[in-house]
Amino acid sequence: MWLSGESPEIRGGMSTMEQELDKVDEIIDNHGGNSEALIQILLDIQHEYRWLSKPVLLRLCERLDIPLSRAYHLATFYKHFSLLPQGRHSVSVCLGTACHVRGATRLLSRVTEAIGVEAGQTTPDEKFTLSTVNCLGCCALGPVMMVDQDYVSNPNAKALEQIVASRE
Amino acid sequence: MTTERRKDSGARRTRVAVGSAGAEARTRPAARPAEVAGLVTLTINGQTVEATEGMTLLEAARSADIYIPTLCHHEQLSNYGACRLCSVEVLRGRRSRVVASCIYPVEEGIEVQTESERIAKHRKIMLELILTRWPWVSEDLLEKYGVQRGRFQERTSFCFLCGLCVRYCAEVKKADVLGFVGRGTERQVVIYPEKALEACPTCDGGKMGCRSVCPTGTIPNEFAHTGPRFGKKLPLAYPVRSYDEDNVRDVLHTVGDWRMPWVRGQARPSG
Amino acid sequence: MPRLKSAADLQKLREEIKSGIDPKRPCVTICSGTGCHAYASEKVAEAFAAELEEHGLSEKVSLRRTGCHGFCEKGPIVVLLPDETCYLSVKPDDVHEIVSSTLVEKKLVERLLYRVDDGKPAATEDEIPFYKHQTRLVFGNNRLLDPKSIDDYIALGGYSALAKALSEMKPEEVVETIKKANLRGRGGGGFPAGLKWETTRNAPGDIRYVIVNADEGDPGAYMDRSLLEGNPHSVLEGLVIGAYAIGSQEGFVYVRQEYPLAVDNVTTAIDQMREYGLLGEDILGSGFSFDVSVHRGAGAFVSGESSALMTAIEGRVGEPRPKYIRTAVSGVHGRPSNLNNVETWANVPLIVNYGAEWFAGIGTEGSKGTKIFSLVGKVNNTGLVEVPMGMTLREIIYDIGGGIPNGKKFKAVQTGGPSGGVIPEDLLDLPVDFDELAKAGSMMGSGGMIVMDEDTCVVDVARYFLNFLADESCGKCIPCREGIQEMLVVLNRVCQGDGGEGDVQTLEELGDMMQDCALCALGQSAPNPVLSTLRYFRSEYEEHIAKKRCPAGVCKALVKYYIEPDRCQACMICLRNCPVGAIEGGKNLVHVIDQARCTRCGTCIEVCPERFGAVVRLSGEEVPAPVPAGTAVR
Repeated sequence: MWLSGESPEIRGGMSTMEQELDKVDEIIDNHGGNSEALIQILLDIQHEYRWLSKPVLLRLCERLDIPLSRAYHLATFYKHFSLLPQGRHSVSVCLGTACHVRGATRLLSRVTEAIGVEAGQTTPDEKFTLSTVNCLGCCALGPVMMVDQDYVSNPNAKALEQIVASRE
Repeated sequence: MTTERRKDSGARRTRVAVGSAGAEARTRPAARPAEVAGLVTLTINGQTVEATEGMTLLEAARSADIYIPTLCHHEQLSNYGACRLCSVEVLRGRRSRVVASCIYPVEEGIEVQTESERIAKHRKIMLELILTRWPWVSEDLLEKYGVQRGRFQERTSFCFLCGLCVRYCAEVKKADVLGFVGRGTERQVVIYPEKALEACPTCDGGKMGCRSVCPTGTIPNEFAHTGPRFGKKLPLAYPVRSYDEDNVRDVLHTVGDWRMPWVRGQARPSG
Repeated sequence: MPRLKSAADLQKLREEIKSGIDPKRPCVTICSGTGCHAYASEKVAEAFAAELEEHGLSEKVSLRRTGCHGFCEKGPIVVLLPDETCYLSVKPDDVHEIVSSTLVEKKLVERLLYRVDDGKPAATEDEIPFYKHQTRLVFGNNRLLDPKSIDDYIALGGYSALAKALSEMKPEEVVETIKKANLRGRGGGGFPAGLKWETTRNAPGDIRYVIVNADEGDPGAYMDRSLLEGNPHSVLEGLVIGAYAIGSQEGFVYVRQEYPLAVDNVTTAIDQMREYGLLGEDILGSGFSFDVSVHRGAGAFVSGESSALMTAIEGRVGEPRPKYIRTAVSGVHGRPSNLNNVETWANVPLIVNYGAEWFAGIGTEGSKGTKIFSLVGKVNNTGLVEVPMGMTLREIIYDIGGGIPNGKKFKAVQTGGPSGGVIPEDLLDLPVDFDELAKAGSMMGSGGMIVMDEDTCVVDVARYFLNFLADESCGKCIPCREGIQEMLVVLNRVCQGDGGEGDVQTLEELGDMMQDCALCALGQSAPNPVLSTLRYFRSEYEEHIAKKRCPAGVCKALVKYYIEPDRCQACMICLRNCPVGAIEGGKNLVHVIDQARCTRCGTCIEVCPERFGAVVRLSGEEVPAPVPAGTAVR
């Protein structure tokens, strides 16, 4: 099911029909139509659409003359790519070593409680996607998490409630 | 006759670079100067072996009828070096290291041990790990290394990702019907049904080449005829790991003897 | 920007820029690395801009956002030049006072200064112990320049090394210099850079590549990020010098996409270099041409391994390849490729400018120069520190790091990330040196130094690293994929209290096999944290297994919480905070934890007021029978 490549109906997210494949062509052209830049192209597509859908990848394979298996191996190997639409807001909890010894596991439970999904999942209303990351590089703030571009240091349950409420 | 053939495969080998990981074979670095493909002398298990430059330790060993167990190796396919069962000990000067013989190139003057205590110990535990995925590892092999079942919990999935099917489809058939997805323990082989429908019915006279290289018989035999199976809506990809015992037994009977011996712990017959 | 056509042009430009700078002009510098940024340093910068405007000082005082200063525990850091007054933990609300007191009235704001042990305030950076004991050769310029300004870099002498190499040295001479300096790779391997350069230079073929490995993946290590964000030109200058020495025309900078500021700053730096002609055709009129492109990673630790990284640059899945033929001979597209770490490249301009003997004069016999470490974890002064090789771990952790917070006892320091190991207290006088640390069963690694105290469980730490590696393994080879998983099964069992005899032996057997047989360094070094903690803390494993006890009180399944009736004062704080309502009690009634409902989250012991200290953590022993309900407080 996770490899069906189709937008699940219940989510009401972007339908594949609405995808502007022109944008995909543009991104490919920006990188000179070079299959060596495949990972860079996928990064730009992920950033643009918030996921890598099947029609988009098919177009990519067509343009660059690469097998579908290669595109999907890349899409499933790297953590940054998603085969399902991501939420509007990203929440990532740092599980780096320094944060771990300062209690990152407990923070993660609090966040899971507050948002209602496990790490790696997106809320049904597509508001949040929760993920874990292996070092944000601000160890002095540990245990730390990011909500979009903001860093939050060791929020308690109440602070987390506020954060959830404050985002659209 | 045999030795010549082995040397030929050595010469053929130079076109495919050692250690290529992907579906496409990579060309070797720029051509060497005029004295190409010299002879290399090394010892394997105390026996002197003459090999051609560019051969791997595995090929050199086989040319001297010395047995090394392998799982992910296949003559027609690029060397993959993933199962590590073919690991051997190489002594060069005073330095000893463990390398994968299917990829390590022969070197003048090295001493290779294929069954040292260190290697036997490692193979034993590797086989125990393989058993967690695939219970039908040949009994001869298990007995040879004194493997006891049961130390590790079974996580039977039949496929242990040797990559032979993926490489076969990509390099020999150039169809890319099969591919890897995921990473780490989530890594698996999948089939892309849309591509399968195009390519599989005519592959190897309808017999599906990937099934003939698969050591565990995991690839479902109905795959070439997927259309009716899946109905109108084809999934994008379908994992190859099956838990269907009938399917596996079916393959073990129909695949034919030439595939099985090296899994049962004997050297591949030449020819 | 005028294109520089010769070394003389560059020198002229430098003098022009410097003449436009008044060294006596006051400058407010604000650390803007990601760490301080997370502490809202941008708001501080904006507050300064506004405040200076209000006081009519915008023309007289300049404002500069700089690279990371390193003292991340005390960010945001503001340093006022030229006096070098150093203010720590500055908030936007403090800005008004700083401007009116220090800038206008020349009076120090004492409360923002660092307090040395005897309580005296330290007015400048070099009076602060954290900085005093460091030797910031590579990292030092971060604080002086705006990473988005190439002119700042040039004014500080930037690109003089490149000019020297191109106009006064032959490529082979540059290689010899790096060899003589004995610069060893800073990314973890410690391989002699000069040797790698030479191999790449001499390998057959016409096209060669040079690569910057900025895929810093060790959790807890962020030196490369701060260097690339804070002084990208230092790294790029080293790269161009290396390209010249090796004979390469094309280079790559491979950066994790998790470092957006680094990607940004290095891209800007490259654009600026091109404008000045420091990249492209005929650099500084030398006839040497070279250009570089930026490749972003997409979230895979294993892709930082050199052969995997090169595979990723080719646009394929970044899985490692066996390295029997070295990447210096056959790398990207099968061509000779020289890959070095960010910090390694940043050392190159210094070596070219000051000479191999100077560099070799710093450090120990086997490890020359300085190393940047990220000192994190249970340590007072968290941050990035640069010290000469040979300084002891004790000096770094105590003199620079300020020791362990909250009066806790030191337990071990973890170095080398997931490939490394732990160093216990009795080895604290070990010098930081590639070979010394390796002998002790750990390794220098990329520079992550994670301090642990008595409240850290080493079995849990080993399990943590294996979890990390299980997630990051590419899954290609059996030893790593299956081996890590099986080791994790055993460790999870041990931490759950289900460990049995033979478990330690299993871990050691699996570890031995993986070290010998795994395809790449990830798999080969995966057992290190386990084997190292077994070496120095075997008894802790045995306690988990035989006595079902976790001495540090971390492994939840082996820990129980208990409220001592004699100390409980019925303040109700723990009762109210317990997330599962497992505490019974009331006003003046001793509180009791219902062990069946308790989830061992640890909230109660955290919230119980220190003066009572009634909650204790028990492990490996029976919890005393609860007092009868309704027992009054004493």
